[in-house]
Parts: sequence; structure tokens; C-alpha cells
Amino acid sequence: MVKVNGTQMEIAGVTVAEFLEKNGYDRTKVAVEINLDIVPKARYDSTVINDGDSVEVVSFVGGG
Amino acid sequence: MIPTREEMYAALEARHGRERQKKFSEAAVAVCGLGGLGSNVAIHLARAGVGRLTLIDFDNVDISNLNRQQYFPDQLGRPKAEALRETIHRIAPYCEINAVSAKITDDNMAELLGDCGFICECFDKANQKAMLVNGVLENFPGKYLVAASGMAGLGSANEIVTRKAGGRFYICGDGHSDVNELGTLYAPRVAVCAAHEATMILRLISGETGP
Repeated sequence: MVKVNGTQMEIAGVTVAEFLEKNGYDRTKVAVEINLDIVPKARYDSTVINDGDSVEVVSFVGGG
Repeated sequence: MIPTREEMYAALEARHGRERQKKFSEAAVAVCGLGGLGSNVAIHLARAGVGRLTLIDFDNVDISNLNRQQYFPDQLGRPKAEALRETIHRIAPYCEINAVSAKITDDNMAELLGDCGFICECFDKANQKAMLVNGVLENFPGKYLVAASGMAGLGSANEIVTRKAGGRFYICGDGHSDVNELGTLYAPRVAVCAAHEATMILRLISGETGP
């Protein structure tokens, strides 16, 4: 199991890019952390989410 | 007659305490984006006696900004960074301000933010917010970063919160109120979010790391 923004999900084995696409996130409007470490945007396609990881997807909306 | 630097400092020290005021006065904060969030954040920090502010925005003051941003009609057309420096120097004449009229990109980020220990993200567009947050977290892991997302419309101000989203990364807002869906921003609700950001920055400068 993987914890995503506090919720348990069965997503171990997918890449960050695949996870974002499947869940409707726009990769230009998010920051992704795994176990509190930022995942560089250039590594979204190569970073695999592992069992036991804690993933935080910070999604930004407009306004300021 | 404007008070002397020593008189201004003594007045702040009397209110905030000696140790805390020393930390505020030695801190350097970069405010990235000087719209409804950034203009309010910068003024809050200057009033608290933060010693050095880097104010960054590529834009000029427009009549459409006056519903929520801390500018005056006689400043229309002027670069926001300069106009805000002028306003802040009326409030805090000894605050050291680096006013930068430029767009922050991945290429100039290190140069613009280099000597600031605290970064406050105050942009308007979601992709710009993400660009800055990713850039800072990837390249400057030692800096504290406070960002904002979700303050448009007139939903309850009580929905706006500060949360910790990483080791040195905090995010303020309701997380969902998008100006592109709700159409506009209102002065008080944006100011609530800006006050959350400014409070978190002052807490971090003070050594308080809880959201």
C-alpha cells in the first residue's frame, strides 16, 4: 500500500508520471514529494512509487 | 519628522521582545509576486521589522489591481516592485529593500533568491506557483518556503489554513478555490491568506516550525 495525501492507495509499481495522469493531475501545476523529498520534474517518468511510500501531491490552483 | 532608526527599533523591541526582534531584523525574505498576496505579505513583514526584503514582480500597477492589492491610484503604470518599495518605506523607512522588476525563471532563481533564507510564493498563476515551488525545493533545500493555493471567491474565510507540506515547505489557502473557476478575488479573503503566509514566515524566523 502507498499513502497518497494521507489516503491508502494500491498504486505501488507505477511511475509518478503515470500516477499523475491516471488521477487527472496537470503535471505543470503540481509538486510531488515522496517520503518528504521533492521529486524533480525531470524524474517524473523514471521515478517508481514503491510499496510503503508516503506520497504528497501538492496541487496548485490560480489566484493571488 | 520621521523617527530615527534607533527609535523605530526600540518601539518594535518593546512590543516583540528583544530576542525575537533581533531575529526579525536579521532575516532576509524574498516575496515572489507582488499582487494581492505579495503586496500584503511584504507590508506585514515590514511592519514586524523584518530587516531585508527582496520584492520581485515583472508587472506594472494596473487599475484592475486596486480591488485587492496594496497600491494607490497615483501609482498606476509604475513597476509594482518600485511602487511597493515606496509604500513600505513610508511604513518602515529603514527596511532594506531590493526591488526587482523581473520575471522569476528557472535560470535566474539562484541569483534572485540566493541570499534569502525565507521564500514566500505569492504568484497568481498555478503553473508559476508550481515552477517556483519545484525550483526552490529541488535547488535550495536549506531555505524555508511558504506558498499559497486557493483563496479566490467569497467562501468562508475559516476554510483558509496553513499546513506543513514537506520538511521546510508550508502551504496556505483552502486548497481548491480557483480564480479560473470562481472568476475573481476579493480583498479580505486574499488578505487572510496573505496573513497566513506572513504569520508562518514570522513563526519560522522565530524558530517555530509548526504550521
